[in-house]
Amino acid sequence: MTLPSDMLKLIPALPCDVEGPVFREPWEAQAFALAVDAHAKGLFTWSEWAAALSAQIKAAQLAGDPDTGETYYQHWLATLEGLTVSKGATSLDQLKQVQSAWDRAARATPHGQPIVLENDPLAS
Amino acid sequence: MRALETVLLAKGYVDPAALDLIVETYETKIGPRCGAQVVAKAWVDPAYRQRLLADGTAAVAELSFSGRQGEHLKVVENTGQVHNLVVCTLCSCYPWPVLGLPPVWYKSAPYRSRAVIDPRGVLADFGVTLPRDKTIRVWDSTAEMRYLVLPQRPAGTEGWSEERLAELVTRDSMIGTGLPHPAGAGA
Repeated sequence: MTLPSDMLKLIPALPCDVEGPVFREPWEAQAFALAVDAHAKGLFTWSEWAAALSAQIKAAQLAGDPDTGETYYQHWLATLEGLTVSKGATSLDQLKQVQSAWDRAARATPHGQPIVLENDPLAS
Repeated sequence: MRALETVLLAKGYVDPAALDLIVETYETKIGPRCGAQVVAKAWVDPAYRQRLLADGTAAVAELSFSGRQGEHLKVVENTGQVHNLVVCTLCSCYPWPVLGLPPVWYKSAPYRSRAVIDPRGVLADFGVTLPRDKTIRVWDSTAEMRYLVLPQRPAGTEGWSEERLAELVTRDSMIGTGLPHPAGAGA
């Protein structure tokens, strides 16, 4: 599934080569896919996405982000978090709770085994 | 990110199959993807090949794509007698700084379990048939140790440049589920 180039063009400063988006690490591609699919399922429009992402990046730059591309997908994730909350798909509280559950699960998982949410000792 | 993914999945705003499909589209675009260059250099430069087999992490770093993470990379060489196959039976450990993102099949449970029990059958599924007397060695990756296969240099490539050789090196040939393109294949 390749994104149409007119959609990609709307996104500010997306790391690309001649053929399309490039990622430095696997999680970046996962973050990319999350936003693309959430958009496809109608959570937000693509122009809403592009606007929110530019705002996020501008704010980060003002706060002293070196903007070397290494932090790009951190801004991407923060944008997705913000939009998911503002669209009412979740609340900040709920997000924090799930985050803590993942943290606990990661700590409770023996080294070398896949981390799954069920490993959270507080999971019922 | 996992929290966000969990929430979006639970609410039906993303679906795992669609996510895999998107990531798969770009899987060759992740990481420095320098494996082919490493292999080609080892084919033309015997001293580099020695260093690569002795200490994969250091030899790969020489080409300046340093693995950010701490894990070690061991390079295993295919020969006339031995074919190497890499798997991670526990999860999906993969030398992604060298090879990019793991293909979806690498992470699948059938590959992870069958590669150890029936490597010849797995290779056949990939269209690779090896002579019966060839030994197949299966390497199980861990969080600390990743493996990279150094495939055999295709016949008929004497005098080729590193760049030209690198085009013959496929991702699958460095996992062991494939062979490099033959010299005749139009690359």
